[in-house]
Amino acid sequence: MSKEYDVAVVGGGLLGSAISWGLGRLGKKVAVLDEGDIAKRASRANFALIWVQSKGLGMPAYTGWTVRASETWPTLAAELKEQTGLDVALQQNGGFHLTLGEHEFEQRAQLVTRMHNQVGAADYRMEMLSVSEVKKMLPLVGPEVSGGSFCPLDGHVNSLRTFRAFHTGLKLFGVDYLPERPVSAITRAGGEFHLSTPQGDIHAAKVVLAAGNANQTLAPMVGLSAPMGPTRGQIVVTERTVPFLPHPLTTIRQTDEGTVMIGDSKEEQLDDRVLNHSVSAVMADRAQRMFPHLARLNVVRSWSGIRVMPLDGFPIYDRSESQPGAFVACCHSGVTLAPNHAFEIARMVAEDALDAELVGAFSARRFGEDRAANGSGYY
Amino acid sequence: MFKRSDQDTRRPLQIFVDGTAVEAREGDTVSAALLASGRDARRATAVSGAPRLPYCMMGVCFDCLVTIDGVGNRQGCLVPVAEGMQIEIQKGKREIGR
Repeated sequence: MSKEYDVAVVGGGLLGSAISWGLGRLGKKVAVLDEGDIAKRASRANFALIWVQSKGLGMPAYTGWTVRASETWPTLAAELKEQTGLDVALQQNGGFHLTLGEHEFEQRAQLVTRMHNQVGAADYRMEMLSVSEVKKMLPLVGPEVSGGSFCPLDGHVNSLRTFRAFHTGLKLFGVDYLPERPVSAITRAGGEFHLSTPQGDIHAAKVVLAAGNANQTLAPMVGLSAPMGPTRGQIVVTERTVPFLPHPLTTIRQTDEGTVMIGDSKEEQLDDRVLNHSVSAVMADRAQRMFPHLARLNVVRSWSGIRVMPLDGFPIYDRSESQPGAFVACCHSGVTLAPNHAFEIARMVAEDALDAELVGAFSARRFGEDRAANGSGYY
Repeated sequence: MFKRSDQDTRRPLQIFVDGTAVEAREGDTVSAALLASGRDARRATAVSGAPRLPYCMMGVCFDCLVTIDGVGNRQGCLVPVAEGMQIEIQKGKREIGR
Protein backbone atom coordinates (compact mmCIF):
# COMPACT_ATOMS: atom_id res chain seq x y z
CA MET A 1 0.00 0.00 0.00
CA SER A 2 1.41 3.37 -0.95
CA LYS A 3 -0.53 6.46 0.01
CA GLU A 4 0.46 10.05 0.62
CA TYR A 5 -0.21 11.36 4.10
CA ASP A 6 0.68 14.69 5.62
CA VAL A 7 1.44 12.95 8.89
CA ALA A 8 1.82 9.35 10.02
CA VAL A 9 1.25 9.00 13.77
CA VAL A 10 2.78 5.82 15.18
CA GLY A 11 0.64 4.70 18.11
CA GLY A 12 -3.12 4.69 18.58
CA GLY A 13 -3.24 4.93 22.36
CA LEU A 14 -4.40 7.96 24.25
CA LEU A 15 -1.48 10.18 23.27
CA GLY A 16 -1.39 9.15 19.59
CA SER A 17 -5.16 9.52 19.39
CA ALA A 18 -5.07 13.01 20.90
CA ILE A 19 -2.36 14.25 18.54
CA SER A 20 -4.04 12.62 15.51
CA TRP A 21 -7.37 14.15 16.46
CA GLY A 22 -5.71 17.55 16.75
CA LEU A 23 -4.07 17.15 13.34
CA GLY A 24 -7.35 16.02 11.79
CA ARG A 25 -9.00 19.05 13.34
CA LEU A 26 -6.45 21.23 11.51
CA GLY A 27 -7.41 19.59 8.22
CA LYS A 28 -4.32 17.43 7.87
CA LYS A 29 -4.37 14.09 6.10
CA VAL A 30 -3.37 11.69 8.84
CA ALA A 31 -2.73 7.96 9.23
CA VAL A 32 -2.67 6.40 12.70
CA LEU A 33 -0.53 3.24 12.69
CA ASP A 34 -1.52 1.04 15.59
CA GLU A 35 -0.72 -2.45 16.72
CA GLY A 36 -3.37 -5.17 16.96
CA ASP A 37 -5.61 -6.22 19.82
CA ILE A 38 -2.90 -8.20 21.60
CA ALA A 39 -0.67 -5.13 21.97
CA LYS A 40 0.20 -4.05 25.51
CA ARG A 41 -2.09 -1.00 25.29
CA ALA A 42 -0.38 0.69 28.19
CA SER A 43 -2.38 3.91 27.98
CA ARG A 44 -5.70 2.08 28.30
CA ALA A 45 -4.89 0.85 31.79
CA ASN A 46 -4.98 4.42 33.10
CA PHE A 47 -6.60 5.72 36.27
CA ALA A 48 -8.34 8.66 34.48
CA LEU A 49 -7.15 11.44 36.76
CA ILE A 50 -6.57 14.96 35.49
CA TRP A 51 -3.92 15.58 38.04
CA VAL A 52 -1.90 18.66 38.89
CA GLN A 53 -0.84 18.41 42.53
CA SER A 54 2.74 17.30 43.14
CA LYS A 55 3.61 17.28 39.45
CA GLY A 56 6.82 18.95 38.44
CA LEU A 57 9.12 18.66 41.44
CA GLY A 58 12.54 18.96 39.83
CA MET A 59 11.22 20.52 36.62
CA PRO A 60 9.12 23.69 37.03
CA ALA A 61 8.24 23.70 33.30
CA TYR A 62 6.27 20.51 33.82
CA THR A 63 4.14 22.26 36.42
CA GLY A 64 3.21 24.98 33.93
CA TRP A 65 2.54 22.45 31.17
CA THR A 66 0.27 20.46 33.51
CA VAL A 67 -1.64 23.52 34.73
CA ARG A 68 -2.17 24.58 31.12
CA ALA A 69 -3.64 21.16 30.33
CA SER A 70 -5.94 21.23 33.35
CA GLU A 71 -7.20 24.67 32.35
CA THR A 72 -7.82 23.56 28.74
CA TRP A 73 -9.71 20.35 29.57
CA PRO A 74 -13.14 22.07 29.55
CA THR A 75 -12.46 23.27 25.99
CA LEU A 76 -11.43 19.79 24.85
CA ALA A 77 -14.44 18.14 26.53
CA ALA A 78 -16.79 20.67 24.91
CA GLU A 79 -15.27 20.19 21.44
CA LEU A 80 -15.46 16.40 21.72
CA LYS A 81 -19.07 16.63 22.88
CA GLU A 82 -20.02 18.94 20.04
CA GLN A 83 -18.29 16.82 17.43
CA THR A 84 -19.19 13.32 18.63
CA GLY A 85 -22.12 13.74 21.04
CA LEU A 86 -20.11 11.87 23.68
CA ASP A 87 -19.95 13.30 27.19
CA VAL A 88 -16.58 12.48 28.72
CA ALA A 89 -17.90 13.28 32.22
CA LEU A 90 -15.27 15.88 33.04
CA GLN A 91 -15.21 16.78 36.74
CA GLN A 92 -12.73 19.37 37.98
CA ASN A 93 -13.69 20.44 41.46
CA GLY A 94 -10.37 19.66 43.10
CA GLY A 95 -8.69 16.47 44.26
CA PHE A 96 -7.18 15.02 47.42
CA HIS A 97 -4.21 13.00 48.48
CA LEU A 98 -5.30 11.59 51.85
CA THR A 99 -2.86 10.50 54.51
CA LEU A 100 -3.20 7.77 57.16
CA GLY A 101 -1.53 8.56 60.47
CA GLU A 102 0.70 11.45 61.52
CA HIS A 103 3.85 10.28 59.78
CA GLU A 104 2.24 10.28 56.33
CA PHE A 105 0.75 13.69 57.03
CA GLU A 106 4.19 15.14 57.90
CA GLN A 107 5.73 13.59 54.79
CA ARG A 108 3.06 15.03 52.54
CA ALA A 109 3.35 18.44 54.21
CA GLN A 110 7.09 18.43 53.45
CA LEU A 111 6.39 17.66 49.80
CA VAL A 112 3.91 20.55 49.61
CA THR A 113 6.51 22.88 51.12
CA ARG A 114 9.15 21.76 48.64
CA MET A 115 6.71 22.34 45.77
CA HIS A 116 5.90 25.84 47.04
CA ASN A 117 9.58 26.70 47.40
CA GLN A 118 10.42 25.65 43.86
CA VAL A 119 11.40 28.72 41.89
CA GLY A 120 9.70 29.25 38.56
CA ALA A 121 6.83 26.81 38.99
CA ALA A 122 3.26 27.91 38.36
CA ASP A 123 1.29 28.26 41.59
CA TYR A 124 -1.51 25.75 41.64
CA ARG A 125 -2.69 26.33 45.18
CA MET A 126 -1.92 22.90 46.55
CA GLU A 127 -2.39 23.03 50.30
CA MET A 128 -2.44 20.77 53.32
CA LEU A 129 -5.82 20.37 54.99
CA SER A 130 -6.40 19.24 58.55
CA VAL A 131 -8.61 16.25 59.15
CA SER A 132 -11.51 18.48 60.22
CA GLU A 133 -11.24 20.44 56.97
CA VAL A 134 -11.08 17.18 55.01
CA LYS A 135 -14.21 15.91 56.78
CA LYS A 136 -16.18 18.94 55.64
CA MET A 137 -15.54 17.97 52.02
CA LEU A 138 -15.33 14.17 52.39
CA PRO A 139 -17.75 13.33 55.22
CA LEU A 140 -17.27 9.54 55.02
CA VAL A 141 -13.53 9.39 55.81
CA GLY A 142 -12.49 6.94 58.50
CA PRO A 143 -10.85 7.61 61.89
CA GLU A 144 -7.31 6.83 60.69
CA VAL A 145 -7.32 9.65 58.12
CA SER A 146 -4.95 12.34 59.41
CA GLY A 147 -5.62 14.94 56.73
CA GLY A 148 -4.28 15.40 53.27
CA SER A 149 -3.31 17.72 50.48
CA PHE A 150 -5.87 19.36 48.23
CA CYS A 151 -5.48 21.07 44.88
CA PRO A 152 -8.43 22.89 43.32
CA LEU A 153 -7.17 22.24 39.77
CA ASP A 154 -7.35 18.45 40.09
CA GLY A 155 -10.13 16.40 38.58
CA HIS A 156 -10.97 13.32 36.58
CA VAL A 157 -12.76 12.18 33.48
CA ASN A 158 -14.29 9.05 32.00
CA SER A 159 -11.16 7.99 30.15
CA LEU A 160 -12.75 5.12 28.24
CA ARG A 161 -15.30 7.51 26.82
CA THR A 162 -12.57 10.06 26.11
CA PHE A 163 -10.73 7.43 24.12
CA ARG A 164 -13.90 6.51 22.26
CA ALA A 165 -14.63 10.18 21.58
CA PHE A 166 -11.18 10.70 20.09
CA HIS A 167 -11.60 7.69 17.82
CA THR A 168 -15.13 8.70 16.81
CA GLY A 169 -13.71 12.15 16.08
CA LEU A 170 -10.82 10.69 14.06
CA LYS A 171 -13.31 9.01 11.77
CA LEU A 172 -15.33 12.21 11.39
CA PHE A 173 -12.15 14.14 10.52
CA GLY A 174 -11.33 11.55 7.85
CA VAL A 175 -8.24 10.29 9.66
CA ASP A 176 -7.25 6.75 8.62
CA TYR A 177 -6.94 4.48 11.66
CA LEU A 178 -4.82 1.50 10.57
CA PRO A 179 -4.56 -1.35 13.11
CA GLU A 180 -2.25 -4.36 12.80
CA ARG A 181 0.54 -2.07 11.57
CA PRO A 182 3.45 -2.35 14.00
CA VAL A 183 6.25 -0.27 12.50
CA SER A 184 9.51 -2.15 12.03
CA ALA A 185 11.56 0.47 10.19
CA ILE A 186 11.40 4.14 9.26
CA THR A 187 13.49 5.57 6.43
CA ARG A 188 13.54 8.96 4.82
CA ALA A 189 13.88 9.35 1.05
CA GLY A 190 12.87 12.01 -1.42
CA GLY A 191 11.58 14.31 1.30
CA GLU A 192 9.16 11.80 2.80
CA PHE A 193 9.15 9.08 5.40
CA HIS A 194 8.60 5.43 4.59
CA LEU A 195 7.24 3.40 7.48
CA SER A 196 7.51 -0.37 7.10
CA THR A 197 4.61 -2.43 8.40
CA PRO A 198 3.56 -6.07 7.84
CA GLN A 199 0.84 -4.77 5.54
CA GLY A 200 3.06 -2.63 3.35
CA ASP A 201 4.80 0.72 3.56
CA ILE A 202 3.08 3.95 4.56
CA HIS A 203 4.42 7.18 3.07
CA ALA A 204 4.08 10.47 4.87
CA ALA A 205 5.67 13.91 4.85
CA LYS A 206 5.95 13.88 8.64
CA VAL A 207 6.01 11.27 11.32
CA VAL A 208 5.05 11.50 14.99
CA LEU A 209 6.23 8.73 17.29
CA ALA A 210 3.56 8.30 19.94
CA ALA A 211 4.10 4.64 20.70
CA GLY A 212 4.56 4.94 24.45
CA ASN A 213 7.34 2.80 25.85
CA ALA A 214 8.09 1.52 22.31
CA ASN A 215 9.30 5.02 21.45
CA GLN A 216 12.61 3.97 22.99
CA THR A 217 13.07 1.55 20.06
CA LEU A 218 11.52 3.74 17.37
CA ALA A 219 13.13 7.10 18.14
CA PRO A 220 16.67 6.16 17.01
CA MET A 221 15.22 5.33 13.56
CA VAL A 222 14.66 9.06 13.03
CA GLY A 223 17.72 10.40 14.86
CA LEU A 224 16.00 10.93 18.21
CA SER A 225 16.15 9.28 21.61
CA ALA A 226 13.43 8.47 24.10
CA PRO A 227 14.83 6.73 27.17
CA MET A 228 11.96 5.05 28.99
CA GLY A 229 11.62 3.48 32.42
CA PRO A 230 8.18 1.86 32.57
CA THR A 231 6.64 0.60 35.81
CA ARG A 232 3.61 -1.55 36.47
CA GLY A 233 0.53 -0.50 38.35
CA GLN A 234 -2.51 -2.40 39.59
CA ILE A 235 -6.11 -1.31 39.78
CA VAL A 236 -8.97 -2.78 41.81
CA VAL A 237 -12.55 -2.05 40.74
CA THR A 238 -15.70 -2.43 42.83
CA GLU A 239 -19.32 -2.82 41.84
CA ARG A 240 -21.25 0.38 41.26
CA THR A 241 -22.51 2.25 44.26
CA VAL A 242 -24.42 5.47 44.84
CA PRO A 243 -22.22 8.59 44.61
CA PHE A 244 -20.31 8.96 47.89
CA LEU A 245 -16.99 10.51 46.84
CA PRO A 246 -17.41 14.10 45.61
CA HIS A 247 -13.69 14.55 44.84
CA PRO A 248 -11.15 12.19 43.26
CA LEU A 249 -8.12 11.05 45.26
CA THR A 250 -4.69 9.99 44.07
CA THR A 251 -5.62 6.44 45.08
CA ILE A 252 -9.44 6.26 44.90
CA ARG A 253 -11.96 7.67 42.49
CA GLN A 254 -15.61 7.04 41.77
CA THR A 255 -16.55 7.09 38.12
CA ASP A 256 -19.54 8.95 36.73
CA GLU A 257 -21.34 5.59 36.54
CA GLY A 258 -20.70 4.72 40.19
CA THR A 259 -17.79 2.29 39.99
CA VAL A 260 -15.04 2.78 42.57
CA MET A 261 -11.48 2.45 41.28
CA ILE A 262 -8.61 1.85 43.69
CA GLY A 263 -5.11 2.24 42.38
CA ASP A 264 -1.65 3.67 42.70
CA SER A 265 0.63 0.69 43.11
CA LYS A 266 4.05 0.91 41.49
CA GLU A 267 6.02 -2.21 40.69
CA GLU A 268 9.18 -3.08 38.83
CA GLN A 269 7.75 -6.25 37.34
CA LEU A 270 6.54 -5.57 33.81
CA ASP A 271 4.29 -8.53 33.03
CA ASP A 272 0.78 -7.11 32.73
CA ARG A 273 -0.85 -10.54 32.33
CA VAL A 274 -0.61 -11.38 36.01
CA LEU A 275 -1.63 -9.75 39.28
CA ASN A 276 0.24 -9.56 42.54
CA HIS A 277 -2.60 -10.13 44.99
CA SER A 278 -0.62 -9.03 48.03
CA VAL A 279 -0.24 -5.63 46.36
CA SER A 280 -3.98 -5.49 45.62
CA ALA A 281 -4.66 -6.42 49.24
CA VAL A 282 -2.61 -3.48 50.54
CA MET A 283 -4.36 -1.11 48.14
CA ALA A 284 -7.80 -2.38 49.15
CA ASP A 285 -6.90 -2.22 52.84
CA ARG A 286 -5.70 1.38 52.60
CA ALA A 287 -8.84 2.31 50.66
CA GLN A 288 -11.17 0.88 53.30
CA ARG A 289 -9.20 2.59 56.07
CA MET A 290 -9.78 5.87 54.22
CA PHE A 291 -13.46 5.10 53.60
CA PRO A 292 -14.68 2.29 55.91
CA HIS A 293 -17.95 1.97 53.94
CA LEU A 294 -15.97 0.57 51.00
CA ALA A 295 -15.33 -2.62 52.95
CA ARG A 296 -18.82 -3.89 52.16
CA LEU A 297 -18.56 -3.48 48.40
CA ASN A 298 -17.73 -6.42 46.17
CA VAL A 299 -14.66 -6.26 43.95
CA VAL A 300 -15.68 -7.09 40.40
CA ARG A 301 -12.45 -6.58 38.46
CA SER A 302 -8.77 -5.98 38.90
CA TRP A 303 -5.93 -5.66 36.47
CA SER A 304 -2.36 -4.65 36.10
CA GLY A 305 -1.10 -2.25 33.48
CA ILE A 306 2.20 -0.85 32.31
CA ARG A 307 2.85 2.84 32.82
CA VAL A 308 4.30 4.71 29.91
CA MET A 309 7.14 6.41 31.72
CA PRO A 310 10.05 8.43 30.39
CA LEU A 311 13.18 7.63 32.38
CA ASP A 312 12.93 10.67 34.67
CA GLY A 313 9.13 10.79 34.77
CA PHE A 314 8.82 13.99 32.72
CA PRO A 315 7.44 14.18 29.17
CA ILE A 316 9.62 14.01 26.09
CA TYR A 317 8.81 16.14 23.04
CA ASP A 318 11.44 16.48 20.34
CA ARG A 319 11.78 17.29 16.67
CA SER A 320 14.57 15.54 14.80
CA GLU A 321 17.38 17.74 13.51
CA SER A 322 18.90 15.05 11.29
CA GLN A 323 15.53 13.99 9.86
CA PRO A 324 13.31 17.10 9.68
CA GLY A 325 9.62 16.35 9.97
CA ALA A 326 10.08 13.59 12.53
CA PHE A 327 8.76 14.14 16.05
CA VAL A 328 8.69 12.09 19.21
CA ALA A 329 6.14 12.52 21.98
CA CYS A 330 5.79 10.47 25.13
CA CYS A 331 4.72 11.09 28.67
CA HIS A 332 3.24 9.38 31.66
CA SER A 333 0.13 11.51 32.06
CA GLY A 334 -1.74 10.92 28.81
CA VAL A 335 -5.13 11.73 30.32
CA THR A 336 -4.07 14.92 32.10
CA LEU A 337 -2.11 16.23 29.12
CA ALA A 338 -4.62 15.25 26.41
CA PRO A 339 -5.68 18.87 25.69
CA ASN A 340 -2.04 19.91 25.22
CA HIS A 341 -1.49 17.07 22.79
CA ALA A 342 -4.73 17.71 20.89
CA PHE A 343 -4.26 21.45 20.61
CA GLU A 344 -0.60 22.45 21.15
CA ILE A 345 1.50 19.50 20.03
CA ALA A 346 -0.76 18.92 17.00
CA ARG A 347 -0.36 22.59 16.05
CA MET A 348 3.42 22.42 16.45
CA VAL A 349 3.60 19.30 14.26
CA ALA A 350 1.43 21.00 11.64
CA GLU A 351 3.76 24.04 11.73
CA ASP A 352 6.80 21.74 11.66
CA ALA A 353 8.37 23.47 14.66
CA LEU A 354 8.23 22.89 18.38
CA ASP A 355 7.34 25.95 20.43
CA ALA A 356 10.43 26.31 22.63
CA GLU A 357 8.61 28.48 25.14
CA LEU A 358 6.05 25.77 25.83
CA VAL A 359 7.96 22.52 25.38
CA GLY A 360 11.65 23.44 25.09
CA ALA A 361 12.35 22.00 28.52
CA PHE A 362 11.08 18.57 27.49
CA SER A 363 13.73 17.71 24.92
CA ALA A 364 15.40 14.35 25.53
CA ARG A 365 18.69 16.26 25.23
CA ARG A 366 18.29 16.78 28.98
CA PHE A 367 19.39 13.19 29.48
CA GLY A 368 22.77 13.94 27.92
CA GLU A 369 24.98 11.27 26.46
CA ASP A 370 24.90 9.08 29.54
CA ARG A 371 21.14 9.57 29.96
CA ALA A 372 21.61 10.59 33.57
CA ALA A 373 18.27 11.15 35.22
CA ASN A 374 17.36 12.98 38.38
CA GLY A 375 14.14 14.02 40.00
CA SER A 376 10.87 12.43 39.14
CA GLY A 377 7.75 13.70 37.48
CA TYR A 378 5.60 11.06 39.08
CA TYR A 379 4.49 10.72 42.68
CA MET B 1 -47.79 -14.48 35.67
CA PHE B 2 -46.33 -17.44 37.51
CA LYS B 3 -48.58 -19.92 39.30
CA ARG B 4 -47.37 -22.46 41.84
CA SER B 5 -47.91 -26.13 41.06
CA ASP B 6 -50.80 -27.78 42.90
CA GLN B 7 -48.43 -30.61 43.79
CA ASP B 8 -46.09 -28.20 45.62
CA THR B 9 -46.57 -29.18 49.24
CA ARG B 10 -43.45 -27.50 50.65
CA ARG B 11 -43.79 -25.71 53.95
CA PRO B 12 -44.83 -22.03 53.68
CA LEU B 13 -42.51 -19.31 55.03
CA GLN B 14 -43.09 -15.64 55.64
CA ILE B 15 -40.72 -13.10 54.14
CA PHE B 16 -41.06 -9.34 53.86
CA VAL B 17 -40.80 -7.42 50.59
CA ASP B 18 -40.36 -3.69 51.09
CA GLY B 19 -41.94 -4.18 54.50
CA THR B 20 -44.99 -6.14 53.32
CA ALA B 21 -45.47 -9.75 54.46
CA VAL B 22 -45.29 -12.18 51.56
CA GLU B 23 -45.71 -15.95 51.55
CA ALA B 24 -42.89 -18.02 50.13
CA ARG B 25 -42.09 -21.76 50.27
CA GLU B 26 -39.18 -23.44 51.95
CA GLY B 27 -36.53 -24.02 49.27
CA ASP B 28 -37.53 -21.04 47.12
CA THR B 29 -34.79 -18.74 46.05
CA VAL B 30 -35.46 -15.07 46.73
CA SER B 31 -35.95 -14.52 42.99
CA ALA B 32 -38.41 -17.42 42.69
CA ALA B 33 -40.37 -16.15 45.67
CA LEU B 34 -40.51 -12.64 44.21
CA LEU B 35 -41.70 -13.89 40.83
CA ALA B 36 -44.29 -16.19 42.43
CA SER B 37 -45.59 -13.42 44.68
CA GLY B 38 -47.31 -11.62 41.82
CA ARG B 39 -45.86 -8.33 43.07
CA ASP B 40 -44.05 -5.83 40.88
CA ALA B 41 -40.51 -7.03 41.59
CA ARG B 42 -38.74 -4.98 38.94
CA ARG B 43 -35.45 -3.46 40.05
CA ALA B 44 -33.88 -0.44 38.31
CA THR B 45 -30.42 -0.84 36.79
CA ALA B 46 -27.44 1.03 38.21
CA VAL B 47 -26.67 3.37 35.32
CA SER B 48 -29.70 3.92 33.10
CA GLY B 49 -32.40 2.94 35.59
CA ALA B 50 -33.95 0.47 33.14
CA PRO B 51 -36.44 -1.98 34.73
CA ARG B 52 -35.28 -5.59 35.12
CA LEU B 53 -36.62 -8.88 36.49
CA PRO B 54 -34.70 -12.04 37.39
CA TYR B 55 -33.81 -13.73 34.13
CA CYS B 56 -31.35 -16.63 34.03
CA MET B 57 -32.15 -17.92 37.55
CA MET B 58 -28.72 -19.56 37.73
CA GLY B 59 -26.29 -16.88 38.83
CA VAL B 60 -25.06 -15.66 35.49
CA CYS B 61 -26.98 -12.60 34.32
CA PHE B 62 -27.03 -10.49 37.51
CA ASP B 63 -30.44 -9.12 36.59
CA CYS B 64 -31.91 -10.35 39.89
CA LEU B 65 -29.84 -7.98 42.10
CA VAL B 66 -31.76 -7.19 45.27
CA THR B 67 -31.15 -5.94 48.80
CA ILE B 68 -31.43 -8.81 51.32
CA ASP B 69 -31.37 -8.17 55.06
CA GLY B 70 -29.72 -4.81 54.47
CA VAL B 71 -27.02 -5.97 52.05
CA GLY B 72 -27.27 -4.58 48.54
CA ASN B 73 -26.47 -6.19 45.18
CA ARG B 74 -27.21 -9.76 46.31
CA GLN B 75 -28.05 -12.20 43.56
CA GLY B 76 -31.59 -13.16 44.53
CA CYS B 77 -31.52 -16.30 42.40
CA LEU B 78 -28.68 -17.78 44.47
CA VAL B 79 -30.05 -17.07 47.96
CA PRO B 80 -32.65 -19.38 49.56
CA VAL B 81 -35.44 -17.64 51.47
CA ALA B 82 -35.48 -17.83 55.27
CA GLU B 83 -38.25 -17.12 57.75
CA GLY B 84 -38.58 -13.36 58.36
CA MET B 85 -36.11 -12.36 55.64
CA GLN B 86 -36.25 -8.67 54.70
CA ILE B 87 -36.13 -8.09 50.94
CA GLU B 88 -35.93 -4.67 49.31
CA ILE B 89 -36.36 -4.18 45.59
CA GLN B 90 -33.19 -2.31 44.66
CA LYS B 91 -33.78 0.82 42.66
CA GLY B 92 -30.48 1.84 41.04
CA LYS B 93 -26.99 1.53 42.46
CA ARG B 94 -26.15 -0.21 45.68
CA GLU B 95 -25.99 2.22 48.58
CA ILE B 96 -22.57 2.68 50.11
CA GLY B 97 -22.41 0.86 53.42
CA ARG B 98 -25.35 -1.44 52.60
